[in-house]
Amino acid sequence: MTEGVARFWREIPHRYRLLGSKCDSCGRVFFPPRVLCPECRRKGNISRVALSGKGKIYSYTIVKDGANGFERQVPYVIALIKLEEGPLVAGQIVDCSPDEVEVGKPVELVFRRVSEDGEEGIIYYGYKFRLAEEEN
Amino acid sequence: MRKVYVVGVGMTKFGELWERSFRDLFVEAGIRAIEDAGVDGKEIEALYIGNMSAGLLVKQEHVASLIADHSGLASLHIPATRVEGGDASGALALVQGFSSIASGMYDVVVVGGVEKMSDVMAEKASEVLATTLDQEWEAFFGMTYASAYALMAKRHMHEFGTTEEQMALVSVKNHSNGSKNPMAHFRFEVSLEKVLSSPIVSYPIKLLESHAVSDGASALVLCSEKKAKEFESPVEISGIGQASDYIALHDRDNIVSMASTIEASKRAYEMSGVKPEEVDVAEVHDCFTISEIIAIEDLGFFKKGKGGQATEDGDTEIGGKVAINTSGGLKARGHAPGATGIAQVCEIVLQLRGEAEKRQVDNAEIGLTHNLGGSGGTCVVSILRRRR
Repeated sequence: MTEGVARFWREIPHRYRLLGSKCDSCGRVFFPPRVLCPECRRKGNISRVALSGKGKIYSYTIVKDGANGFERQVPYVIALIKLEEGPLVAGQIVDCSPDEVEVGKPVELVFRRVSEDGEEGIIYYGYKFRLAEEEN
Repeated sequence: MRKVYVVGVGMTKFGELWERSFRDLFVEAGIRAIEDAGVDGKEIEALYIGNMSAGLLVKQEHVASLIADHSGLASLHIPATRVEGGDASGALALVQGFSSIASGMYDVVVVGGVEKMSDVMAEKASEVLATTLDQEWEAFFGMTYASAYALMAKRHMHEFGTTEEQMALVSVKNHSNGSKNPMAHFRFEVSLEKVLSSPIVSYPIKLLESHAVSDGASALVLCSEKKAKEFESPVEISGIGQASDYIALHDRDNIVSMASTIEASKRAYEMSGVKPEEVDVAEVHDCFTISEIIAIEDLGFFKKGKGGQATEDGDTEIGGKVAINTSGGLKARGHAPGATGIAQVCEIVLQLRGEAEKRQVDNAEIGLTHNLGGSGGTCVVSILRRRR
């Protein structure tokens, strides 16, 4: 165990429920949430907003040389998802063969174990994505 | 603003330098730069050191004091400052040194960079490189340094039809150039087939498209115009630009170009009055092959989306339209993060002096360097000119 708990705990609403933020002045939606709008800055007014978790694959990669703590998951897919509400979000695409992943395919959010801090540390949970039915 | 010149360059060979420590590396590069310039230690008024992550890699912070001390400058008590901007740390040191002379504060400064990657295991070195990404929202989910660039590569392929072969050809060229550079980490050529069949690190990026993980150090002696008259072949830093951008890919408008490169180069071009088409030779940040393709587009050498085709056409080879990464780049010369930005300047200075031997670009007069931090959250571009 090497990490403190608070660093993870404070992000739980965003990582478990995809709670983002929105600037009420310009209407821009942010995920991950921001406390300052990069357009309006101090003239902005930030509020919280829950996101749908639905979106389309903007780009992806199939990771063969995994990050520390992710070695047992290789090969895994990391993608940038264009959410319906506007922002891009980075996350894994699971429950499919990497060969099925393509730019433009629709995805939806799932709640999963992400990684763990060694054998004795906390287990990190959060969002991942899976391929969804094409909407007509 | 006063003009600034490079009058001395020095670097270690890049590579897995098991026998040399973090501090030894910089001393070697620093002495070479000082000897190249022919200045005395007592003339150095300040020291700026680029270093990405000595804290994680050799468990040493307070790096500037350590380096000034072991470089024999402790008794002179000169100001010594470490600057950090991921793997753009070296170029950030250049910006600091440049500013300190341009402002009139100093006449002679040493800027340098150093990184010791091989004192930790390879997995740890990869993890440290990934700390240049957003830890909470990219690395947390398993994104690596390579996969950040792989996301850019896949999108570039999707939007412009850039091919895996075109990307692999960047590596073939840079290995060919590196094979002619005695300071390079990898001094051998690779074939297109060998690059394409090398193991996938993060699709579409392959092992032989990834930067070398190198130990190394590099240093420059910078001086004012008044002082430059005392030296034989000063090279002018005629423009310099630094820019930042959203640290994470997901906050950018697009990932097929880097706003930091576009802004930094715009500032450097404006300061120098040089146009992209006038550049003879450039060292760009090819941490992965896609990065070189994106950079040569964003720097204005080729149209957006045409970097892959330009590479295939040989426009970036020595003797081509603009020679890119004659040193071998991060791929073959190597990537010792804090030292990379300064090593790029070392190569350009050698080219402009006509001292680049087997990799010399004929009659090179204007050169450019491009150093990135992380996935492009920081960029520095410098433009160097031979003094006529």
